[in-house]
Amino acid sequence: MSEENVHPGMNLGYHGGEHEAEVKVFGFWAFLMSDLVTFGIVFAVFGTMVTATAGGPGPEEVTNLHSVAIQTALLLGSSFGFSWASLSMKYHPGQRWRTLGWLAVAATSALCFLIVELIDFHHWTTIGAVPQRSGYLSALWALVGLHGLHVAGGLLWMAAMTGQILVFGLTDDIKSRVTRMGLYWHFLDVVWVGIFSMVFLAGVA
Amino acid sequence: MNGLFGRLAWSDLKLFETFMHGVSIDTLVAAGAAWMVVLGGVALAAWLTWARLWGPLWRDWLTSVDHKKIGIMYIVLGFVMMARGVAEGVVMRTHQATAYQGGVLSEEHWAELFSTHGTIMIFFVAMPFITGFINYLVPLQIGARDMAFPMLNQISLGLTATGAALTMISLVVGIFETGGWTAYPPFTGADFDPGPGPDYWVWAILLSGFGSMFSGINFAVTIYKMRAPGMTYMRMPVFTWTALCTSILLTFALPPLTVACLMQALDRYLGFHFFTNDQGGNMMNYANLFWMFGHPEVYILILPAFGIFSELTSTFAAKRLYGYTSLVLATMAIAVISFCVWLHHFFTMGNSATVNAAFGIATMLIAIPTGVKVYVWMATLWGGRIRFLTPMVYMTGFFIMFVIGGLSGIILANPAINWQVHNTQFIVAHFHNVLLPGTLFGILAGVHIWFPKAFGFRLDERAGRITAYLWIAGFSLTFLPLYIVGLMGYPRRSAAWDDPTFLPYMIVCMIGAILLAAAFTGLFVTLWISVRNRASLAVPMGDPWDGRTLEWATPAPPPHWNFATIPSIAERDAFAREKAEGRPYVIPAQYRDIHLPPDTPAGMIVFLTTTAFGFAATWWIWWLAILAAVVLVGWVVVHSFRNHPEVVIPAVEVKRVNNAWIEAIELAQGGITRDDEDTPRNRGYAATDMMVAS
Repeated sequence: MSEENVHPGMNLGYHGGEHEAEVKVFGFWAFLMSDLVTFGIVFAVFGTMVTATAGGPGPEEVTNLHSVAIQTALLLGSSFGFSWASLSMKYHPGQRWRTLGWLAVAATSALCFLIVELIDFHHWTTIGAVPQRSGYLSALWALVGLHGLHVAGGLLWMAAMTGQILVFGLTDDIKSRVTRMGLYWHFLDVVWVGIFSMVFLAGVA
Repeated sequence: MNGLFGRLAWSDLKLFETFMHGVSIDTLVAAGAAWMVVLGGVALAAWLTWARLWGPLWRDWLTSVDHKKIGIMYIVLGFVMMARGVAEGVVMRTHQATAYQGGVLSEEHWAELFSTHGTIMIFFVAMPFITGFINYLVPLQIGARDMAFPMLNQISLGLTATGAALTMISLVVGIFETGGWTAYPPFTGADFDPGPGPDYWVWAILLSGFGSMFSGINFAVTIYKMRAPGMTYMRMPVFTWTALCTSILLTFALPPLTVACLMQALDRYLGFHFFTNDQGGNMMNYANLFWMFGHPEVYILILPAFGIFSELTSTFAAKRLYGYTSLVLATMAIAVISFCVWLHHFFTMGNSATVNAAFGIATMLIAIPTGVKVYVWMATLWGGRIRFLTPMVYMTGFFIMFVIGGLSGIILANPAINWQVHNTQFIVAHFHNVLLPGTLFGILAGVHIWFPKAFGFRLDERAGRITAYLWIAGFSLTFLPLYIVGLMGYPRRSAAWDDPTFLPYMIVCMIGAILLAAAFTGLFVTLWISVRNRASLAVPMGDPWDGRTLEWATPAPPPHWNFATIPSIAERDAFAREKAEGRPYVIPAQYRDIHLPPDTPAGMIVFLTTTAFGFAATWWIWWLAILAAVVLVGWVVVHSFRNHPEVVIPAVEVKRVNNAWIEAIELAQGGITRDDEDTPRNRGYAATDMMVAS
């Protein structure tokens, strides 16, 4: 089993750390696969409940494509920022401020995403589109909310990672953690693309 | 007051049930069970204090990340919960024997009993047994020192214990849910059952479900990434193969259960409409989600037992497993098909005939790989030199009984027949018929095989064999009559029945249940006798059964680090081949320092916080729920900021332990033959049967 250069993106400083990094990153992939099934199931439930509006607000009322476009741009921008953080970690491990700066960009962008999403949620409550109103709205809130909770959890993680980079520097351990957080962050983007197209675009198509 | 204790009131304490609702058999059973939990807990705590064992318990067990200790703790948890499950079974069968036009228990209490019995036996008995065996065996079988994620492993155990603790607490405080182990809404929804019961269920299952998912990921990564050099996939022991399939199922089958529990919680706590009767809710989503988990769960529980039976047949027939490749393919096939059959659990709930036919055919298909396995075991036994020790008794019981259970499954797979017998005792007979002879007999056989590995001495053969026969007889008497009353139309889960012809069958069932209780007690009698005679049963050299796989190439019990040097594997059944060629137990040319993961209280912190959270959420004690969540998240963050240096075992220490073991083997001057296997001469050094070893 050759395990050299399995994770060149981490640019680990010595030979021999790859196996541990590989085990951890692979394990995180397995977790993401499991999480993807979770999202897939919630998507499926949403799919069965699209018509279960029980006379309440439906997709036309809750979809504000303007706001959704802004959210999409912010979340994709956050992923983009994270990519730069990963590249900085690889090519400039000595200058941790580069990595931290890009992490800050990613975090700010994601925070703005959450704020815009919360504004949408608030709007939904004002038009009576609360989850208690119908099966459709329950599924909508659960699906969008589950993604939002993942983003909020990711922000907490990012704050902790920022602290760890400040305390420990970009050690091999930290690099491995940042790599896994990157997987998580891009994964949430992929899920959002699903929500964007299957919930909002399809809702008003 | 209300804010401090939520909706919890003094009247929720079951301990005083006889004073609140008058003395009857019903209230005596409820109060007695509650007192047993409380007094049992107090007695255990008192004993630990008296024997000064709190410190060792904490240091050597609760904070240990050693996969072997975690595996043992899982199995101990399983036996503790099984005591309750078996007791409930006996109470239920007693009730049913008296249930002609009403039995000794109230209907509510009866419903609670069959719900807790099912929940406990599946989630907190069978699951901990399976996870425990995988934990103990897989790293040893693949030549690794520990799991891929030792701390996560401990956290999984903590979460499983949380679920078990919540169901035990429900016996003392309040009431568990009454909608069966599947907890179908809307019956368990807020409209029909606003009480704490379904909430206990939701949190117990949700939290322990996370633990199972983490276990699945951990096992899969361990098997994919931690195998010793040379151990290719097709050289892995069969048990490891079944563990891999189970891990994959755990990783992908738990999310539907998690989602179903979360949606049920949203319905109950926040008034969502996922599974309600009104406002567009759809309980069929729940049925689908639950069984998308529930059916793979059946194979999560049975596949590792198949793995144990496979190891068992080849070891106790002293033959290489016949058809290894077929068995591996069959296991994988079962794992895949198990995701395509869930709808057969509700053929009668409004699906079209076409959909039912598709799922019926898929269900029948799964019998093919299962049949392949039965033939593999038969062919392995054929022409072997079979030793009829306790594991083989279980194997025999399994062989006959499991085939009957499997055949009744084929009958049920036909939607037309299913419509006739659904929701009758026929179903109860069927699933007990596969779970007891399948999973449970496999586990008990496994305990007999690997107990000497884990603790250094064999279990008493005579007591073990009597217990095994008791299990087989008890099972047959308790569950086979249910096929007949099921066909006669006795509905399952009904608190009373009206047809006097059921009576003789129900009495047989009750006698069978008492036999099962005796069989369960027999396990502890066996343990007691064995502990007392541990000196003459000792097998410190580690290979009492002429084993074939790597775990037998270690002392019993194995050292914390498992292997002095990581073995290099050249073929399947590596240890059997080494013995056949006369070159086992070699002192390595060089010893190195061994690095092991450090102990951690992580599992206990997760256990305490999530138990507090689950209890608080059940009783609406919001401050406690928030506090527990904050403490947990805060601890995780703080933990991530600390360094956790590995424990280093110096090479000289490894050398001392390993050389002492090998010298003991050399001093033994030849191993014992299989004829002496169950005599005190068996010290764990096997003279291999070279004619058939390969």
